[in-house]
Amino acid sequence: MRSLVKWGVAACAVFAAGTFAGTAQAADTIKIGAFLSVTGPASFLGEPEKKTLEMYVDRLNKDGGVRGKKVELIHYDDAGAPDKAVTFAKRLIQNDNVDIIIGGTTTGTSMAAIKVVEPAGVPFISLAGGIDIIDPVKKWVFKTPHTDRMAAEKVFLDMKKKGISKVAMISEDAGFGKSGHDQSLKVAPIYGIQIVADEVYSPKDPDVTAQLTKIKNTAGVQAVFNFGFGQGPAIVTKNFKQLGMSVPLYQSHGVASKDFIKLAGEAAEGIRLPAAGLVVAEQLGATDPQKPVVTAFKKEYEAAFKSDVSTFAGHAYDGLQIALAAILRAGSTDKEKVRAEIEKTSGYVGTGGLVSMSPEDHMGLSLSAFRMVEVKKGDWVLAD
Amino acid sequence: MWKTARIGGLAALATILALAPLGFPNAYFYDVAVKALFNAVVCVGLNLLIGYAGQISLGHAGFFALGAYGSAILTSTYKVAPLPAMLISAAAVGLLAYLVGRPILKLKGHYLAMATLGIGIIIHIVLKTEARITGGPDGMSVDPFSLMGFTMMGDRMWYWAAAGLLVLTVWLSLNLIDSPVGRALRAVHGSEVGAEVVGVDTSSYKVMVFVVSAVFASLVGSLFAHKDGFITPDIGSFFRSVEFVVMVVLGGMASTFGSVIGAVILTLLPQVLTFVEDYEAMVLGGIMMGMMIFLPKGLLPAVVSQFRKRGAAR
Amino acid sequence: MFAELLQYLFAGLTSGAIYALAGLGFAIIYNASHVINFAQGEFIMIGGMATSMMVAAGLPLPLAIALAVVVTMMVGVALEKFAIEPARNSDVVTIIIITIGASIFLRGLAQVVWDKEFHSLPAFSGETPINVAGATLMPQSIWVVGISVLVIVALWWFFNRTLFGKAMLATSFNRLAAQLMGIGVKKVLMVSFALSALLGAVGGIVVTPITFTNYEAGIMLGLKGFSAAVLGGLGNGLGAIVGGLVVGIAEALASGYLSSAYKDAVAFVIILFVLFFLPNGLFGKKGTDRV
Repeated sequence: MRSLVKWGVAACAVFAAGTFAGTAQAADTIKIGAFLSVTGPASFLGEPEKKTLEMYVDRLNKDGGVRGKKVELIHYDDAGAPDKAVTFAKRLIQNDNVDIIIGGTTTGTSMAAIKVVEPAGVPFISLAGGIDIIDPVKKWVFKTPHTDRMAAEKVFLDMKKKGISKVAMISEDAGFGKSGHDQSLKVAPIYGIQIVADEVYSPKDPDVTAQLTKIKNTAGVQAVFNFGFGQGPAIVTKNFKQLGMSVPLYQSHGVASKDFIKLAGEAAEGIRLPAAGLVVAEQLGATDPQKPVVTAFKKEYEAAFKSDVSTFAGHAYDGLQIALAAILRAGSTDKEKVRAEIEKTSGYVGTGGLVSMSPEDHMGLSLSAFRMVEVKKGDWVLAD
Repeated sequence: MWKTARIGGLAALATILALAPLGFPNAYFYDVAVKALFNAVVCVGLNLLIGYAGQISLGHAGFFALGAYGSAILTSTYKVAPLPAMLISAAAVGLLAYLVGRPILKLKGHYLAMATLGIGIIIHIVLKTEARITGGPDGMSVDPFSLMGFTMMGDRMWYWAAAGLLVLTVWLSLNLIDSPVGRALRAVHGSEVGAEVVGVDTSSYKVMVFVVSAVFASLVGSLFAHKDGFITPDIGSFFRSVEFVVMVVLGGMASTFGSVIGAVILTLLPQVLTFVEDYEAMVLGGIMMGMMIFLPKGLLPAVVSQFRKRGAAR
Repeated sequence: MFAELLQYLFAGLTSGAIYALAGLGFAIIYNASHVINFAQGEFIMIGGMATSMMVAAGLPLPLAIALAVVVTMMVGVALEKFAIEPARNSDVVTIIIITIGASIFLRGLAQVVWDKEFHSLPAFSGETPINVAGATLMPQSIWVVGISVLVIVALWWFFNRTLFGKAMLATSFNRLAAQLMGIGVKKVLMVSFALSALLGAVGGIVVTPITFTNYEAGIMLGLKGFSAAVLGGLGNGLGAIVGGLVVGIAEALASGYLSSAYKDAVAFVIILFVLFFLPNGLFGKKGTDRV
């Protein structure tokens, strides 16, 4: 019994030590908090985001920090669960007293955390795609990635140019694909696109030929548009080829990483999708303002982690840069001042595109930030 | 003897709950505590089913999620006040549990596990798919809980509400166990055929406990939705169901206070383990395995038997 | 019309054979120990991940496969030796929690040892679809089905024609009697874990070219495998196969003719429905309760 009591006391001490550690820091550091989905279904988004933040904060400190202050990164893994995101957001704000929060890998975790962040009044830069995060505008909430609506618009614009008007959708029934699907249905009529078939699959389905067969047998389909991330789109692509379907296949920005081409193999040839300049860094025109930024980031990331850069890593990079720039301009970590400076971000050239925010626009990207790319000979090729 | 232990246990629980906030420096601690208490209430209910009636359920997160979504939808879409919304949801969940419980509780062991798992997953899929009502996989917002013009705001207030609820639940559970119903349940656990032979209507007792535990889960689900203010279908996922069962078994089956302890430990662990970062899953899995290997009866029963042994030696 | 149906059946066959292989692993361990091993999906994951990581590192495919199978079997034996064996006399629920803990542990280990990205393997015999009456089938699907059949035949031979297999079967019927007859129950338990780890590894390797793999791939396969094993009747190898195929084909037909959003729900409704009428699954033995 006595030993059990001892253990109990020790466990409490560990808990207290673990959680108080954050509060014992000196006041002259800039504290950046992050909650990311480092494990769970969105882990291949959250993992590169975490690695990017760690790498650049490290580098910043080696170079002397921001205005002589060290930057401290405190990050937690929410495993993609919104209720955990809420708890960790509270932990960052209440217990770690962070100056700014970057994170929320998925739309669900970001939306849940907003419930905590808004009343607390802490600047929050989300790394998720859902348009709901910034529309309607919330005082303290910003985001760096393009919205799913923009991806749909870019794809439909490209279809329209090619004279395609009847489209079949196949989307993942989890957060990213579902939200993208809903936005696609919303904007399709604006571009004169008619959705003639609408199928879904689960993120871990081993085979989607049944859904694709249904699409194949739908009369008049001129193109297929797949919204999803992870291994799903690669399976869709392979099954699409297996069924010998000949209409063009479009993917969303969710697959814009080299891994997709590796998984889908030859079947990926000819696929078109909207992507940030990052994936085609070398092909950008010499005068493109994004070129130096994306080539540098790509080189640094790939040198540090020996794996291909993904746009998700870029979102975290952009978030960090926007935050640091705002803190520099504000001259302090006063939350209201930093918030106001983030909102004034203008002409920042990031991996996602040209960012110019305003009180009405807390993302600041335009449709031109997306580039249409096509898979040719196992690599991304700029298509417009 | 049993009575005094019961009152002593309740008094100890109430004292700990009353004193614990002295160690909470900020709202984050309250938030974690509230989540632990919520889980504890669900587990006390689930323990009646698993620990006493000996029936497993891998679908209780589904009932939890139905309670949460019931409250969310009724309050936001149909403008029902939170308290009636919570009660309506709980009644509906109770009815559902009754309807599915009658056929599936005839199943035994792993077949019952499969059936409850299936029901949980079907609920999860419906919540995910019917996006027009539920907001789909990205979830929906829920208004704060208010009663007669008084709104529950802040984690401190929620803490006292959750603590009160837990004491009440534990009291109810202890009384139920000590009643003729409880004795019948233990008979069902011991030997179902034997219980039937001596005249216990086993299936109706099993269904009753199933319904009671589902209603507990639903009520907590409603409260959780109002507290967090945002819910997604994943609160009803298979993993959450498994988590509830693990809490019950870890704390000690057929021990009401054990369920409370199991729920608290498993809620705190992920918060404590953040410092191990990438190794979190390994450590968590290792702790689960180790505890079950070395304390197969669960944490609290092991502590109690240790205590008894010491006492006897003296 | 017919081509369409055939295509759905092919789709169902591909997923169904994958679920069946996963289900078989559950059946074997259940037979020997009456334990449901929730880490079975992780065996599948380890088989697939180990092979693709070794192939990526430059090893030839056959060698990578052999090594991955050995690694997975070692994991299976270790799990039995250090986690199941010490708790052998505990409640069934206690052992279930141990295997759930093991599955979390193994996933955590995989993400630390390897990574969190998706990995693939080249298809064993090319990627040219085979055309049958207007429907297409990938050669890899035939591999999956073929390997499943091979495994069933081998298992049948093992359990009915070898002394040790018969001993395992005897243990599943009555552990005490088997022990009295001089059968080493401990050894039987260990072999059953090694065997189901082997099955899991083989399954993981043949399905990786189709479904890809990552450290979490075992979750879904484990869940579907468990469903297949229960639907077929626990402890019955043939039942697990039929159960897997029923689930796979039901999903494919449901997404073809009903709604792809509800295809998983359809599969579970079918399972519930079967259990209402056959409470021990399709081929399960009717158990008698002892007082």
